[in-house]
Amino acid sequence: MNVILAVLTRELRLALRSRMDWLLPLLFFVMVVMLFGLGARPNDPVLAGFAPSILWVGALLSMLLTLDRLFRADYEDGTLEQLCLAEAPLTLTVAAKLTAHWLLTGLPLVLLAAPLAVALQLPAAGQPALVLGLALGTPVLSFVGGFAAALTVALPRAGLLLPLLVLPLLAPVLIFGAGAVRAALGGLDAAAPLYFLAAVLVLCITLVPWAAAAALRNAFE
Amino acid sequence: MSSWTWFHRLASPPSFFRLADRLAPWLGWIALALLAYGWINGLFFAPEDYQQKDAYRIIYVHVPAAALSLSLYVGMAVAGFVALVWRMKLAESALIAIAPVGASFTALALVTGMLWGKPMWGAYWVWDARLTSELVLLFLYFGVIGLWQAFEDPRAAARACALLAVVGVINVPIVKYSVDWWNSLHQGSTILKMGKPSITAAMAWPLFASVIGSYLFAGYVILRRLQNELLQREAGTAWVRELMGKSRV
Amino acid sequence: MPPPSLQLEIRDLAVRRGPRLLFEGLGFALSGGEILHLQGANGAGKTSLLETLAGLRRPAAGQVLGLPEEGGLHWLGHRNGLNLNLSVLENLEFWCGLNGAGAAACQPALERVGIWKLRHRLVRTLSAGQKRRAALARLLAQRRPLWLLDEPLDGLDRQGLELFAQLLAEHAAGGGGALVTSHQPLPAGLAGVRILVLNP
Repeated sequence: MNVILAVLTRELRLALRSRMDWLLPLLFFVMVVMLFGLGARPNDPVLAGFAPSILWVGALLSMLLTLDRLFRADYEDGTLEQLCLAEAPLTLTVAAKLTAHWLLTGLPLVLLAAPLAVALQLPAAGQPALVLGLALGTPVLSFVGGFAAALTVALPRAGLLLPLLVLPLLAPVLIFGAGAVRAALGGLDAAAPLYFLAAVLVLCITLVPWAAAAALRNAFE
Repeated sequence: MSSWTWFHRLASPPSFFRLADRLAPWLGWIALALLAYGWINGLFFAPEDYQQKDAYRIIYVHVPAAALSLSLYVGMAVAGFVALVWRMKLAESALIAIAPVGASFTALALVTGMLWGKPMWGAYWVWDARLTSELVLLFLYFGVIGLWQAFEDPRAAARACALLAVVGVINVPIVKYSVDWWNSLHQGSTILKMGKPSITAAMAWPLFASVIGSYLFAGYVILRRLQNELLQREAGTAWVRELMGKSRV
Repeated sequence: MPPPSLQLEIRDLAVRRGPRLLFEGLGFALSGGEILHLQGANGAGKTSLLETLAGLRRPAAGQVLGLPEEGGLHWLGHRNGLNLNLSVLENLEFWCGLNGAGAAACQPALERVGIWKLRHRLVRTLSAGQKRRAALARLLAQRRPLWLLDEPLDGLDRQGLELFAQLLAEHAAGGGGALVTSHQPLPAGLAGVRILVLNP
């Protein structure tokens, strides 16, 4: 418990110290939505149909931006060695770090999604499914993305490799998330895809930290 | 236990290399025979399908390729699991030997799927469950290959790829389920199924032969790649030098 | 409470870095109270040996016996292990939180290395020597029997070197063992220093 608190405190402090770094993904999310809006006709009603897709892909890409930094700074300043050698199990430390990442990056995106959905003229019927889906899906993005970041932490030019690793793994999240919104809009059952997202989330929380810890240890080989 | 010593001896690179050398030609020739029978019969002599006429014949390439694309990913993940748990060098080399072969078969399945799609639905690409899952699978393969090439140290590369493959294999059924659900979401729209023609014996036997032949062919290619990989990894060791000395290059 | 006695033994150790075998057949012992100074040319494998002992790397062959169990060693690597955007105190508190050391241990540790008055400064604003001292503070926040120190003297000024010598001597006197790599000779006045030279 102490460990989780220590990690969360540290991540929070670091985010406060470099506020611009923290704001960037959120600004990017807004920019993506704005660009889609500008690319369409003004007040095009068709935009509402694409809104779930635009919002989900925007959230995904925004989180992708933050992944490279997740472990790289720790690797470069020697903190990663200390994490591996600490008494606290690395799996726990990693889980706490990924949770902090979600709290700082994913959660704000979820909160931003509702007003952006209105901007894209998403009907009110789809909004609960959107927000709930993002609330369930963004942690998966943090965890799976964090795993990919851990795999590539020792590589000098991991930048372009990260999206290649992460996006296929996240395809189901996108399908269920955007699909839940469209189901809600179409009057169909939105609960099933949301339950599936929740199941994927539970699977990730339990298994991914271990895999990510193994990947981090591999950086020292 | 004696069976474990056999296992450990098999896993040593020189003994596996010798085994592969003996096994591979068998796989190659039998594969060639089966594929020749399967394809010549399937492509030329099997009867036309009632609905799809000659277009269905692509299944003699598409079905084996699709089946292999999935089996090889699972095989790669199993090799990865063995490499992680037992730190077996052979398993690490097997993992990287399989990856490009699996990716090629996935690409083949995609291309043949697209070629089949044109006469069926009038379009080369449709977002149906099978093609979309195959596309995601292709990217999963590319991820493993890309990760392997990004590392300098082959052992670190192998461990990373093994982790990725194991996580990816858990993802494969999830992707399949999600894409199926996605396709079924709007039942009103045309159901795009790769309708399998009702198979008669004259169609089934060549198909069966094509599938088995393709698996054996994949096995042959993987064994050869694995031998190559072992030679590269172990270059400079005594058994490789002895081997190079004996062969007349 | 005295730290548990240290009896480290290395047998027939071989360490690999990537495809290169750095060395093999290495054997030596380290008991509590002893300081081993590891020397060797660049690339001889000093850092890799230390990493292997710390458990960050697996040996290619051989055994490491007598390692203190979980949380029994302190590691000070090339890089300080300090986040530049946190203060000295915040970094140390984080380390204590991960290792079950109480927050109360931070103040005496920082005072001992002489940077208590810098505790709220961000690490990025410190000089190299001050950063090293901040890293050394970790060693004092929790008593552990084995110290593995990789180039700890880098960046330390004369006072820093004296401080380091004192800390090392106290640690050895208390029954702890230490393996130190350094290009420079260790500060004079340290008793019981053995030298191990790695030849590539």
